[in-house]
Amino acid sequence: MSYPSNVKVVKLPCTGRVDVLLILRAFESGVDGVYVAGCMEGECHFLRGNLRARRRVEYMKGLLEEVGLGGDRVEMFNMSASQGQRFAQCAREMTERIRSLGPSPVRKSSSNT
Amino acid sequence: MKTNSRIEKILAGGGFVVTSECGPPRGADPEVVRRKGELLRGVVDAVNVTDNQTSVVRMSSLSACVILKGMGLEPILQMVCRDRNRIALQSDILGAAALGINNVLCLSGDHQKFGDHPQGKNVYDIDSIQLIQTVCRMRDEGRFLGGEEIKGKPLMFVGAAENPFADPFEIRAARLGKKMKAGCEFIQTQCIYNMERFSRWMEMVCDRGLHEKCAVLAGVTPFKTAGMANYMKKNVPGMDVPDEMIERMKGVPKEKQAEEGIKICVETIERLREIPGVRGIHIMAIEWEAKVEEIVKAAGLFPRPEME
Amino acid sequence: MIVGDRKDFKEILEKLGSRRRVLVLGCNECVTVCGVGGEREVGILSAELRLYWKKEGETFEVREHTLERQCDYEYIDQIRGFVNDYDVILSMACGAGVQYVAEAYKTKLVLPAVNTTFLGVTIEQGVWSERCQGCGSCILDMTAGVCPIARCAKSLLNGPCGGSSGGKCEIDNETDCAWQLIVDRLKESDQMERYEEILPVKDWRTGREGGPRKRVREDLKL
Repeated sequence: MSYPSNVKVVKLPCTGRVDVLLILRAFESGVDGVYVAGCMEGECHFLRGNLRARRRVEYMKGLLEEVGLGGDRVEMFNMSASQGQRFAQCAREMTERIRSLGPSPVRKSSSNT
Repeated sequence: MKTNSRIEKILAGGGFVVTSECGPPRGADPEVVRRKGELLRGVVDAVNVTDNQTSVVRMSSLSACVILKGMGLEPILQMVCRDRNRIALQSDILGAAALGINNVLCLSGDHQKFGDHPQGKNVYDIDSIQLIQTVCRMRDEGRFLGGEEIKGKPLMFVGAAENPFADPFEIRAARLGKKMKAGCEFIQTQCIYNMERFSRWMEMVCDRGLHEKCAVLAGVTPFKTAGMANYMKKNVPGMDVPDEMIERMKGVPKEKQAEEGIKICVETIERLREIPGVRGIHIMAIEWEAKVEEIVKAAGLFPRPEME
Repeated sequence: MIVGDRKDFKEILEKLGSRRRVLVLGCNECVTVCGVGGEREVGILSAELRLYWKKEGETFEVREHTLERQCDYEYIDQIRGFVNDYDVILSMACGAGVQYVAEAYKTKLVLPAVNTTFLGVTIEQGVWSERCQGCGSCILDMTAGVCPIARCAKSLLNGPCGGSSGGKCEIDNETDCAWQLIVDRLKESDQMERYEEILPVKDWRTGREGGPRKRVREDLKL
């Protein structure tokens, strides 16, 4: 299965492990977009981890709007572990979205500490 | 007689009391109060003057009472606990008595969020039951809440409101009992449409013997339109409007709805007079004071007793 | 514990003005429990500031530091060594903490990042509810453990008012009517006779009305 090379995968035991601070740090380090791929709702191996992830992603969108990066740079997708094509499709979809949004404005600027 | 109150006199004589309401204007024009007063002259025994009702700023109740008194009417000063602390409340009682106001209705007051100044602080230093106790103590013992002696006791006939349709239903009679224990002499109820539920409440009241010391004046409000009936059912907290009444209003063409509303009101009054323990009627015809005379007459309650 | 809400990001930016050397100071107690000003939230606010200023092409320095609490001098003193490297201290503690930091560092600008709201309890993670107003003369024995001062919108001692409907307060249908709760609890604990008693007027002097309060315990002083 092939997906765009600009997508870096971070593996977690469950998307319930995703924390807002984690995503913010990713944006600080210069990424243009983050998406969270979790199991289908109702099929979480840890019962509700993916539901929590969704709520956190929604909250994250608000934070990104606040700082002027735009809430569309973060997204949540649901899929089952066997759906390789869906994984690739989400990767492509997100890549296209970020491409049209342009690089993160944080990357453009220089000096910081 | 404890006071010079017309209501007290009528009740003491075993009579049936009729009261109504006057909402002061949102401005300083005394003519608005006088016009409403004229519509009620000779038609009712006493007139409530509301106190910044629904937390909307209006001419003060006390001043509007004084205007009505000057016209020869008998005002009932409504006092809510929302806007004044115990110092101001007692002060206003003394002032009201000094200006010849004989009746006071002690209320909690709607929360300020409903009005035009929701940002304001609310006071609620004491509650309505404590206010009843306070006024009675001022009158009967000649003492302020703090215990100091009063030189010139305020002779006020003390009333309160009770809503037979509010929750929790089972303690509503107990609550009236508390008000009575505090010294309350008459109460006005929220407007009644559900006769069955009101009768049950009156039974509970009479079971406790409350109706003997505390006169229940049953509230009524005529519907102007079917829309108003519907609005009251859906949007007003603590209001119980049976569906049959809404249907009845809807079943009549628009031009006839006001007439039907008055008819329902008069029928309600007649049924209320049959219920043991009901000692009077309180007609709340909001912004429709012109109809009070018609209602009183149609219900066979006219003329009102002459007093001197 | 004390509960609060973090101020709007826009409001914090406005208050910071043109200052770019910021010490974001968290607190490990109440504001941590309600997810508003602990180490994690310090991290979030700091990341937000850095992202925003980076985007604007500004130079800045944002330091994150969380104290055990900000209402005891010994902890606040811990930042004395580096506090002068910053133009402003953005405190994420409750109002008491912010003030105490300001008292300890009188020459520094200390800004609040949190709106302190109430004394409350955790209903479930993410949901907190007000319980106490610090009136100074607790009457919970009379009301079956439900406080009418804090939980009744009108602080009625002899409620309910006529606006109680379906167990909810007239101000909105998410708020429980405190007096419905009291009556239910009196029934459940077999104390219904209490309802017949008239509770007397409150002496508000023990509360905020009597002026700012201070408590001295001679037996505890060293």
